[in-house]
Amino acid sequence: MIRTEELLLNVGPQHPSTHGVFRIVLKLDGEIIKEATPVMGYLHRGTEKLAEQLNYTQIIPYTDRMDYVSAMTNNYVLVHAVEKMMNIEIPERAEFMRLIVMELQRVASHLVWWGTYLLDIGAMSPFLYAFRDREVIIDLFNELCGARLTYNYMRVGGVKWDAPSGWIDKVRDFIPYMRKRLKEYDKLVSGNEIFLARIKGVGIYDAQTAIAYGLSGANLRCTGVNWDLRKQEPYSLYERFDFDVPLSFNGDCYDRYRIRIEEIVQSLRILEQAVEQFPSEGETMGKVPRVIRPPAGEVYARIESPRGEIGCYIVSKGKAEPYRLKFRRPSFVNLQILPELLVGQSMTNLITILGGVDIVVGEVDC
Amino acid sequence: MSDKPEELNVQSPQTEQTERTPINQEAESFERAVDTPQSRLEQLVEQLKHDIAEDVVDEAIINEVNGQLPTITVKKEHWLAVARWFQVEEEWSCDYLRNVAGVDQGDELEVVYHLISLQTRREIAVHVKTEREQSWIPSVTPLWPTANWNEREVYDLLGIDFPGHPDLRRIMMPDDWVGHPLRKDYDPSDTEV
Repeated sequence: MIRTEELLLNVGPQHPSTHGVFRIVLKLDGEIIKEATPVMGYLHRGTEKLAEQLNYTQIIPYTDRMDYVSAMTNNYVLVHAVEKMMNIEIPERAEFMRLIVMELQRVASHLVWWGTYLLDIGAMSPFLYAFRDREVIIDLFNELCGARLTYNYMRVGGVKWDAPSGWIDKVRDFIPYMRKRLKEYDKLVSGNEIFLARIKGVGIYDAQTAIAYGLSGANLRCTGVNWDLRKQEPYSLYERFDFDVPLSFNGDCYDRYRIRIEEIVQSLRILEQAVEQFPSEGETMGKVPRVIRPPAGEVYARIESPRGEIGCYIVSKGKAEPYRLKFRRPSFVNLQILPELLVGQSMTNLITILGGVDIVVGEVDC
Repeated sequence: MSDKPEELNVQSPQTEQTERTPINQEAESFERAVDTPQSRLEQLVEQLKHDIAEDVVDEAIINEVNGQLPTITVKKEHWLAVARWFQVEEEWSCDYLRNVAGVDQGDELEVVYHLISLQTRREIAVHVKTEREQSWIPSVTPLWPTANWNEREVYDLLGIDFPGHPDLRRIMMPDDWVGHPLRKDYDPSDTEV
């Protein structure tokens, strides 16, 4: 008999495959993971505490920095919550602008995920392709609001900037471009045998587990649970558009991959319709009091971010600053299942599974 | 608006707002008996009283701004039973705990749970209050594993103990941190910090 010894291995917080400052402590028996303990908090900035001293408009830039890969949806969940409390009506043009940027953001976010996931697994070129195409979207955002990642674009009651002339046409041109690219990528990667061997049947869980762990987004839909807040609890203008919710049933990394790719296709469908129906003129800001003071009360607003259900719970005491502001961050909640998935897996699958969950550490730690 | 903490929610619809003639009053009471958020809420409170304890619900309101969300405040001693009830009771079957938020309400601390059933789509918000000193609320991690990190976060930032939690440690702040930052009386310039 060979005597084996348990090995304690520290991964992160500085590790390229943890996508930020996420740390996990592993107990290994040979190459097999016996126990995994995630350690968070390296990027904790106390956004919720800071928000208690700021007025609502001042909080918006902070939301950009939570899920910095998908800042537009974060902007939206905050302003949406405040609008709900104050019962503010949003001009149609503004709502269209919001929806278009949110869907562009979903495409951009999934592209980042796609590129980095393949980079983790060992394919370099998809990363470069993904970032090249994401750059098109980022240029569009840059033209719109002067920032590449932290947009600070939405306001309670509307959006800060109207679309510059020709901007909508650029979005229109982007759709067929992205469709063509996506087909190429599918050909390049999705059928690759090495890639499939790495992700098929890895990190499996069933629908019951997913629900119990409160997973959302692709992490939930990969088990066949039809739960997309754009359909189930429609907000913004999603009811007007025709799109499908991609589902799949095996609950492994491959299914999560397929769903995210398919979601890009569906987002492009929504964008196509939104660009067609875009009102040619109109206001971009609704009637909003100069100082935003939601009436005393509480609200929990939630939307579908690229990573799942992002929620904003506000307790107001009728002042210009929130009494308590809590973000339900999908990355934080989704990550909880990780220790369970890792037990019994080989070391190499750590990266496959962690990447498959799709976290952004800025959002995990908030 | 006064500064002191007041009613969290807007009171529910129906009463006082419309002018009441005997006819529409009758229609209204009929409607209420059939199916309105308010009637369903009253029914729920009755059921909880019957199934769990007479004093289980402290307050029950409809949160209008939040899409008529029924919102109840339950005693922390009964919270575990109430949570199990919502999970098991067929017409609710709340399998999905979507949000856990801790709030410092001044005299008391409070944790708010947002539950939903992915099958029946029924939704509820439950407030559980606890005193400031020696604060505790039973853990619901055994019922919904998703509560695990959420409760750790509440413990870390607000200092509420969750008896029954398998692994209650700080999650955001360093392990040797002094104090709980989201409490309103937390002093960031405390020399001990």
